Amino acid sequence: MRNLVTLILCFLPALSSAQDWEDRQFFGTTSPTQTLRVLSSTDTALFEPIIDHFLQSNRDIAVEYLVASTADIDAAFRATPERFDVVISSAMDLQFKLVNDGYAIEIEDLPAPDWAQWRQSLFAFTAEPAAIILNRNAFRGHPIPRTRQELIQAMRARPDIFENRLGTYDVRQSALGYLFATQDARASETYWRLMEVMGSLGLRLYCCSGDMIDDLTRGDLVVAYNVLGSYAAARTENANVLEIILPSEFPTTMMRTAFVAAQTDKPETAASFTRFLVEMQQANSDHASFPLPPLNPAENVDNQSTIALGPALMTYLDTLKKRTFLQEWENAVLQ
Amino acid sequence: MTSSAPADVQVRGALRNRLVISLVGGAAVLAILIFLVVRSYAAQIAQQGQDDVLGASVTSILDAAIIRNGVIQIDIPYASFSMLNTPSDDRVFYAVYQDGTPISGYADLPPPLDTNATKNDFRTVTYNGTPVRLATAARVLIGADVRTEVKVSVAQTRDALSGTLNRISRNVALFGAGFFLLATVLSFWATSTTISRLRRLTDSVTRRGPKDLSPVAKPVPVEMAPLVSSLNSLMSRLDQSLHRSEDFIAEAAHRVRTPLATVRSHAEATLHRVEREENRQALRAMMRAIDESSRAAGQLLDHAMITFRADHLELQNLDLVDLVQDLVTRLTPIADMKHIDLRLTGDTSVPVSGDPILLQNALRNLIDNALKYAPSETEISLNVTTASRPTVEIRDQGAGFPTANMADLVSRFSRGENASDTIGSGLGLTIAQDVAAAHGGALVLSNNPKGGACVTLSL
Repeated sequence: MRNLVTLILCFLPALSSAQDWEDRQFFGTTSPTQTLRVLSSTDTALFEPIIDHFLQSNRDIAVEYLVASTADIDAAFRATPERFDVVISSAMDLQFKLVNDGYAIEIEDLPAPDWAQWRQSLFAFTAEPAAIILNRNAFRGHPIPRTRQELIQAMRARPDIFENRLGTYDVRQSALGYLFATQDARASETYWRLMEVMGSLGLRLYCCSGDMIDDLTRGDLVVAYNVLGSYAAARTENANVLEIILPSEFPTTMMRTAFVAAQTDKPETAASFTRFLVEMQQANSDHASFPLPPLNPAENVDNQSTIALGPALMTYLDTLKKRTFLQEWENAVLQ
Repeated sequence: MTSSAPADVQVRGALRNRLVISLVGGAAVLAILIFLVVRSYAAQIAQQGQDDVLGASVTSILDAAIIRNGVIQIDIPYASFSMLNTPSDDRVFYAVYQDGTPISGYADLPPPLDTNATKNDFRTVTYNGTPVRLATAARVLIGADVRTEVKVSVAQTRDALSGTLNRISRNVALFGAGFFLLATVLSFWATSTTISRLRRLTDSVTRRGPKDLSPVAKPVPVEMAPLVSSLNSLMSRLDQSLHRSEDFIAEAAHRVRTPLATVRSHAEATLHRVEREENRQALRAMMRAIDESSRAAGQLLDHAMITFRADHLELQNLDLVDLVQDLVTRLTPIADMKHIDLRLTGDTSVPVSGDPILLQNALRNLIDNALKYAPSETEISLNVTTASRPTVEIRDQGAGFPTANMADLVSRFSRGENASDTIGSGLGLTIAQDVAAAHGGALVLSNNPKGGACVTLSL
C-alpha cells in the first residue's frame, strides 16, 4: 500500500506537467528493471501487438506507450527531450528536423537501406500512402472517382451530396496533414483546385485520421481527403462501407519513422526496440503481429511518390514559407 | 658483397649500400611529398565542391526573397535543401536575417560577418559542437518605401567531405606506398647493374695469370675509366720494373760467368804447376767454388730465359723420346765419370706440342739433379710414356727428397736439407716447374718406396 502511494507520488509531477495524452498505456511486467518511454503518433491498437511481441523476448522490460498528435509530439519532445526514449511519428519533416537538430543517437549496426534511414539515426519502418476514403453509399449508381480530377468532377456534378460532408486534415493543427498538403502542392496544381472546390462546398477540418474515419462510417462525411489508408484498413468492420482510393495520378506516400532520443538513459534498450521495429517489418511479419504496411523496397527505391528522407523536408517547416503556405491554404479552404 | 673482400684491404662502407640508401631515401621523400601535395589538393577541391553547392543553395534562397506589402516573403525552393543531400546524410542548418535580425531558420547559427559584400562568404565554424561549413550571402530588397537587406546563411556538416578526404587519403597513401615499393625495387636493380660492371672488372683482373700484366682491354663505363687507366699504368710500370730486374739478373749472371771461366782456367793451370799438397787443396776448393758460382749464374740465365720464353711460348710438334734420347747421349760422358748408368725406357714415340728449348732445359736440369745426388755405381731410369698425358719420370737410387718440405723444393733458391755437400743453386726444380706450368702441365716430386727420388714431369 505504501509502495503504491510512493508510486503515485512519483508519477504525480509527471502527470501534472504532461499535456493531455491521447492515450497512455503500460505494457509488460509490473516490476520492470527498465521502463521504456515511447512517444508515438500511432494509435495504441495498431502498436499493441508489436509491443507485445517485443516484450516476449524482453520480459524484464516495461513499455510506457504515449500517444499524441504529430505536432504535439514535436512540442512535447523539444520541451523535455530527456523524458522520452524512443520517438515514433508519421510527420517525417518534424522527425527529420529533430534528428537534424541533434536530438537522436546513431544506431551503427542496424542495417537499413539508404532511402529508409538518415544518418543511421532516423529509421523508416512503414510506408503508408495518403488515401481518399469514400462512403460507398454516396456513390451508389455513380462511378467511384479514381483520381483527384475525377473527384473534382464528381463534386461539381452533385454539389448537394457533398455539401458540408467533406473532410480533411486541418493542416494548421496536424503536422501529418501539413506534410501531405505541402507534398501534394509540390506535386501538382490539382491540389489547390481540389481545395478550392472542397472549400466552396464546406470543408470540415480534423485533427486526426481516426475521427475522420469515424465520421465517414457514420455517414456524416462522404469524402475524406488525405487520410491514412492503413487506419481505414485496420477498421475491418467498416470494410463494406468505406472505399479506400489511392489516387492514381500522383500518390503521396509517407514513411513512419522512429529514432532513439539522444538524452535517453537506456540507449541499448531503446536501440533494440527501434531495431525490433525495423527488423520486424523487414521480416514480412503477418498482419496480426505487425498491423502496419511495411516498407516495400521494390516500390520505394525509385518511386517519386514516396516522400524522401532528406534535408528538403525542412523547406516547408521554414517560418516564412509556412506562413505563406498557410495563408494560401486558408484562402482556398476557408471561404 | 664485402665478405669476399680480402682481409688485407681496409673496408669502410659499401658503394651499393650508399647508392641504395640514397635512392630509397629519395623515393621515400618523394612518396611522402606526393601524398601531402595530392591530399591537400584533393582537400581543396572537395572543399570547393561543398562550397559550390552551399553557394548555390544560398543564392537560390536569396533569389526567392521578395517584399510584399512591406513584408519580406521567401518561398524557399524545395531544391535549395534537396541539393544539400549527401551520401553521409550531412546535417543542414540555415538562417535568414533581415537587417541583421534573424527572421527564420536557426536563430542561434553563428551570425554573418558584418560585411556589405554581396559575394558569397564561406567560413568553417563550430555549431552545437560540430564543425560546419557556413555560406552567407546578402541581397538588398527595395520595396515601395523600404530598403532592406536580406542575408541568408546555409551551413552543412562535413561528414561527406571528411569521408571523401579519408578515401582520397587512403588511395593516395596506397599510391605513394606503391610508388615507393617500385622505386625501391628499381633502385636495387639499378644499383646491382652498376655494381656488376665493377665486379666484372674485378673478375677479369682476378682471373689473370700470375704473369699477365697486360692492360685491361675490355671497354668500361666512363666513370671507371680513370680507375682502369691508373690500374693499366700501374701494371705497365710493374711489368717494366719486372723486366728490368730480370734483365738485370741475366746481365749480371752473364757478366759474372765469363770472368769466372777465365779464373777457373787460370786456377786449373796453376793447379798443374804447384807441388805442395796444401796449395793444391786450396786451389781445388777454389775451383769447386768457381764451378758452383758459374753453375748458379748459368741457371739464373736459364731461368731468365725461361721466364721470357714462357710468356712467348714457341710451340712445335716434337717427339719427347727423341728429346730425352738426345739429352741422354749428351750427358752419358758425365754419367760415366760417376759410373752411373742412364737408362731410357717407356714408349717408342711420345709426340708432344711444346717449346723444345724449354723442355730440353727443364729435363737437363732434372737429369743433372739426379746425377748430382745419385751415388756412384747406380742407375738412373728415364721413363717416357704417354698414358693419359705425355710424362717423363726420372728415378734415381739416391737418398731421395727430404720428406719434411718436399713441396717447398720447387721454389726459387730452395735446397734440400741433405744437399749441403752438393753443388747447386736451388733453381733447377724451379725451372722445371716453370716450364711444366708454361705448357699447362705439372711437376710432381715423390720418393721411391725402395729408396731414391722420383720426379715426374707431365705436360
